[in-house]
Amino acid sequence: MTAVRRYPVLVALIIAALFMVLPFGIVAINAVKSPTEYSSNGPLSLPHGLYLDGLKDFWQRVDYGQKLVNSILISGSVAIGAAMLSVLNAYAIGIGRIKGRTWVLAFFVLANMLPQEALVYPIYYLSKQAGLYDTRLSVIIVFTVVQAAFGTYLLSSVLGQFPREIIEAARIDGANKWQVLWRIVVPVSRPTIGVLLVFFFIWTWNEFLLPLVMLISNDNQTVSVALGVLQGQRLMDATMTNAAALLGVLPAIVFFLVFQRTLTRGIAVGAVK
Amino acid sequence: MTVTVERGGRVVRRHHRHHGRTTRPRRPHSSYALFLLPGVLAFLVVIVVPFLMNTGVSFTDWQGVGSPTWSGLANYRELTHDSEFWASFRHSLFMVVAMAAVPTVLGLVLAAALFDFVGKHFGTKIAAVLRACFYLPQVLPIAVAGIVWSWILAPDNGSLNALLKAVGLGSLQRDWLGDPDFALYSVMGVMVWVQIGFPLVVFMAGLQRVDPQLYEAAELDGAGWWRRFWHITLPQIRPEIYVVLLWCTIAALKVFGAVYVLTKGGPGGATDVPSYFSFTTFFEKTQVGYGAAISTVLTVIILVLALIGLKLQTRAEDAEEGLRA
Repeated sequence: MTAVRRYPVLVALIIAALFMVLPFGIVAINAVKSPTEYSSNGPLSLPHGLYLDGLKDFWQRVDYGQKLVNSILISGSVAIGAAMLSVLNAYAIGIGRIKGRTWVLAFFVLANMLPQEALVYPIYYLSKQAGLYDTRLSVIIVFTVVQAAFGTYLLSSVLGQFPREIIEAARIDGANKWQVLWRIVVPVSRPTIGVLLVFFFIWTWNEFLLPLVMLISNDNQTVSVALGVLQGQRLMDATMTNAAALLGVLPAIVFFLVFQRTLTRGIAVGAVK
Repeated sequence: MTVTVERGGRVVRRHHRHHGRTTRPRRPHSSYALFLLPGVLAFLVVIVVPFLMNTGVSFTDWQGVGSPTWSGLANYRELTHDSEFWASFRHSLFMVVAMAAVPTVLGLVLAAALFDFVGKHFGTKIAAVLRACFYLPQVLPIAVAGIVWSWILAPDNGSLNALLKAVGLGSLQRDWLGDPDFALYSVMGVMVWVQIGFPLVVFMAGLQRVDPQLYEAAELDGAGWWRRFWHITLPQIRPEIYVVLLWCTIAALKVFGAVYVLTKGGPGGATDVPSYFSFTTFFEKTQVGYGAAISTVLTVIILVLALIGLKLQTRAEDAEEGLRA
């Protein structure tokens, strides 16, 4: 292809890419405008200076620090719990090759695909009976299991191809199954487990329906739920909305920059395996 | 998806038969099942029991308090002539277009363009940066994406309307999310933006395992970009296309957060979807039995789709193996 025809395509792709990130830019410039500046110059003008009171007001109004702590606590616990559960399941399926493993695996895959709407009311009801309603623990338990369904499916196929010789050798040296799991299988599978941890963390961070139903008190809500509820109630003015959007976007951008490689590679692995 | 394991299973079964003839038969499997115990117990409590309860409740009349009264198929019979219910499923089809069909097509063209064109002529770095731009919305919580867009699409002082006015297209300004004729399309547009990064990344990864010699040979034979796309790219990443279509379709049927934050199903039910409909039926109207029936229907549709998808995928992979063997 000649250079003359090459550049228009590149330019078109760059414009499309800019269009994708444009909303982030608009949010960023409007989050630092004062309300008067916003109402007189509209959303597209560049800010005249840094006006951070909107962000500060919003932070205090929703106690954003607490929401961040909740989200980190819930997502972190789920990531670790679900990874451990996935490892145990996948060890039995992928390496133990237990009887009926295809059915067990199909069961986990289908459990992962179930819409949460078909679980939400019983979970709400049961957690009330168990005294777990409106606790972060309830959400941690549910998502640990939901995420482990995906983890089991992914790790099982990875462990199915685990070199048997290493395990046989360890068994001959006298290691029991538990030792083989922790000293050999887990260290060797560390890259895949790392991908799972990142995914579980971000997926749980982004979850909306179940946390919305389960976490009603302000002290327990996650970032997603707190922002979503405020927006749903339409209580915010434009400046407030922008502050909310920016504070909601920032953690996602941080994850993205830190985990970009893991994310893009992990998605591909997850989809094709 | 289960294929890899099944394939492994077949090999192992053969291996065992061989062993059985020569050595004393052992039972190496039994104690591994213990490792499955915590997982299976947790699944029973968190997924299986609630799911069965939900299905059971769908055959009852229940307000969430007191004891449910058995009503058989009454809820399902009512669903068949509930226009709100049918409308919500019709909107689901629009969501499948916005979240599965359009992103898959766009993702294919973009992936091929980035991989085969930008990557080769301008370097893989530029391709990676562009890919990152398209992928960014995927890491955003859907609630936050909803806030961003409901403000961009706002009627007064919203960025889109301001932009239209600035370029002299003021006559196109409207209340994007509040106009019943446009709300569904606006939500669809937002969902395309949210969703496009997923197929793009999967397809670009898939293209990496295509033998570059195929492209080189085609180029030598004088095949243009579109012909190479049609005859090499598409057939080579067919497994990825199946998986992406399946996953995105299921995601589209489940969509909830975006509707909750953008429109709350409105205006006048114009953007209501099954998951939001069941949510309001459960928690606002407290018709728990009816809500359970809605979510059961949704579940059946999703599971049937998932099973068809798994079957198609297995068949596609078996066919490929047959060709290679």
